[in-house]
Amino acid sequence: MFSSFMMNAWITATIVAVIAGVVGFFVVLRGTAFPAHAIPNGAFAGAAAANVLGVSSLLGLGVCALLAALGIGALGRRGRKDVATALALVMMLALGAVFVSLSGEYEPEIYSLLFGEILGVSTSEILPVVLLGLACIAAVVFLYRPLMLSSIVPDIAEAKGVRNHRMEMAFLVVVAGATTMTLPVVGALLIFSLMIGPPAAARSITDRPLLAMVLSVLIALGTVWIAIAASYEWNWPIGFFVGVLGALSYGLGRGWAALRRTRRAVHAVHAEAAQALAG
Amino acid sequence: MTATSWRHGASHAVLDVEGIGVALSGRQILEGVSFTIDAGEFTGLIGSNGAGKTTLLRIILGLLRPSAGRVLLDGAPLSRQNRSIGYVPQKVLLDPDMPMRARDLVALGIDGDRFGIPTPSKRRRAAVEEMLHAVDAQGFADARVGTLSGGEQQRVLIAQALISHPRLLLLDEPLANLDPASAQEIIGLLRQVADQQQVALLLSAHEMNPLLPAMDRVVYIAGGRAASGTTDEVIRPEVLSALYGHHVDVLRVSGRVLVVAGPGANEDHCLPVEPPRAAG
Amino acid sequence: MTDLHWIFEPGFFSSQPVHVAVTIGGVAAVVCAIVGVFTVMRGQSFAGHALADVSTAGGSGALLVGLTPLTGFIGGGVIGAAAMDMIGIRRVRGRDLATGIVLGASTGFAALFLYLDTTSAAVTGATQQILFGSIFTVDPSTIPIVAIFSATALVIIAVIYRPLLLSSMSDDVAAARGVPLRLVGLLFMLALALAVGLSALAIGAILSTALLIGPAAAALRLTKRVGSALALACILGVGSTWLGILLAYDSYYWGSSHRGLPVSFFIVGLTFALYLASGLPVVRAHAERRAKQSGEAP
Repeated sequence: MFSSFMMNAWITATIVAVIAGVVGFFVVLRGTAFPAHAIPNGAFAGAAAANVLGVSSLLGLGVCALLAALGIGALGRRGRKDVATALALVMMLALGAVFVSLSGEYEPEIYSLLFGEILGVSTSEILPVVLLGLACIAAVVFLYRPLMLSSIVPDIAEAKGVRNHRMEMAFLVVVAGATTMTLPVVGALLIFSLMIGPPAAARSITDRPLLAMVLSVLIALGTVWIAIAASYEWNWPIGFFVGVLGALSYGLGRGWAALRRTRRAVHAVHAEAAQALAG
Repeated sequence: MTATSWRHGASHAVLDVEGIGVALSGRQILEGVSFTIDAGEFTGLIGSNGAGKTTLLRIILGLLRPSAGRVLLDGAPLSRQNRSIGYVPQKVLLDPDMPMRARDLVALGIDGDRFGIPTPSKRRRAAVEEMLHAVDAQGFADARVGTLSGGEQQRVLIAQALISHPRLLLLDEPLANLDPASAQEIIGLLRQVADQQQVALLLSAHEMNPLLPAMDRVVYIAGGRAASGTTDEVIRPEVLSALYGHHVDVLRVSGRVLVVAGPGANEDHCLPVEPPRAAG
Repeated sequence: MTDLHWIFEPGFFSSQPVHVAVTIGGVAAVVCAIVGVFTVMRGQSFAGHALADVSTAGGSGALLVGLTPLTGFIGGGVIGAAAMDMIGIRRVRGRDLATGIVLGASTGFAALFLYLDTTSAAVTGATQQILFGSIFTVDPSTIPIVAIFSATALVIIAVIYRPLLLSSMSDDVAAARGVPLRLVGLLFMLALALAVGLSALAIGAILSTALLIGPAAAALRLTKRVGSALALACILGVGSTWLGILLAYDSYYWGSSHRGLPVSFFIVGLTFALYLASGLPVVRAHAERRAKQSGEAP
């Protein structure tokens, strides 16, 4: 499992998990769940198109993810946001399907683009992926404060001079970057899971923002590592493990929160009873 | 009708609103609105819903360009980023699951608009503690903001607005969703803040009675125009009738004020009549 | 007569797969249009898409155990609808998150099932069939089942029509009038699951949202009266589907490779184009003028 050719997979998986955890934290905070699902679809179309054109698929991925992000940011202002993204999402998938059908190698390629592949990132692509990952992390660190303000109390952010629309666009671009890196490994349809599950679980466990972000990264790392190991062992698709583990961590997080609530309630009842007895 | 305050001699008023007029989608919302607020002055911006209170606040915040007039903050014109204005907005949607404690929200008020991640420091923690103490929020400082009650959330938001030591504090309908007891607590808190921190305070509301004991001055908006001064100066039939454009009666009942439309008035302009509060 | 040759390639009207496709496609389009109008009005487009992903898992799972994809689409959709109704929380954000988690898990299962389909069950073209549909290769014996599911969906909508309208405008008003919101919500989700399943059969599970949302959203942009929106959505939906089928059939004759382009691509493309067209200023102005003439509020 740790042979030299698998090292690629472990390295990319680790970076992917960190980015997904960090970006996902804000995706969940802002409720940008749906656009975060739509951008990967645009990326999918781009990767498929790139294959047909004989261009680096990473480049096609990146360009189309970016276009999708900018498009959603612009389209979202007019008309209903959910309808616009739903249609754009599906259109991208259809386009991707056409491109793949044109390239001839239909089944296996569609499958790995949509559901992921351990060795999705080749050795030649590792460096750009790592650089892109670092850029995404740097962007989130740079935007952390105004993005937090804009996500939680947009009216106050506006009053303080933060331009909410710019924050939204900047954030969507970061999501596009995160998508570009993650798609080859986890697949277009499962990126969403990796970005939502861990942060959702983290927020159930802790109430501190920075800690929640760190926890989100840790849970994402766990998810991806287990997914790679399991996929290597049983040959089952990596996307399956990511999806199921994402749901599992969310469920466990909610369970933990419920447990803490009942423990606190029981504690409160005990305290009251003790007080009543003493007084 | 502007009453000038001589409290600070020759110094600027903190907020100087001069002849503000604004039209939106063809309608003249406000016209010739003028008033000043000095440091430590508690001013109520009173008007019914839709009268233009939020519009005026947005103009003061620099978020909306007036079509006439100007706003001066400490003698200087407004800029996009006003660090010397603290703002508590009307509606804040906080998800109960959001991983953010009350103290984290207050900390955001320090420099939430600057880039980067805040470096935890003793000074920040001390400043947050001090502010939480000032608004009496230490009891729920570590609770998630989304789980707080209306009154508790207001305290946290006020602390968030004050922590940057603004010269002017703006609150948009802070009492709207509060029960009378919580509303009184908030008003008391704001009065204290205005006095102790010498902050100019402008608070909008559609019912002025809860504010009567605490307000220094009132800016009353109706019919797109405003009258400002002390309660006695402004809340008079002649003044209000001129604003509304039709006859209005002012009744004082056991320390409270009721503004009622006179005969032949348009129903739209009636202020909601406050039900008498139980004695004690 | 020879001019028509450019539009309708040889054999179009006599081809049996085309007949099947046109029938199934038309029926699916009508059901999707009607359910879709309410879906858009209730802002539940994301739920529709999530159901599509659950249907994907259902369809691919069905192939594994030897059932027809349609059974899996509908079955998966219904189970998903019930599950989402249970998880569903009042707060819009909470609901989005839970829905997204369900979507992720079911997509994961779809990945597994499709993998097993191709390796152990040796079903050829499983990915293509489930994800992107293959309306030209549907067995004609499916038509009666399609008819039954369609009728069921339409009957449900007819039965809950008024409470559905009311609760789509305002939950509180509906509750005050004694509308059983949970029941209406659940029944609507079932109708939605049926619509998504039918659309999945026509254009594939992960593209099914286009037929559900596209014509409906376009129609709602052009008219505010529900009745007109329903009719218009049907016209737009059936039109896109039939035109898409025609174009896909013709595309076999384009170019030199004679491979043809997938039907679902054309149908999705047409619905998307119609949606965009409905937003054009010139079209909206026309719609507003007609609305003013017939006395309705724009």
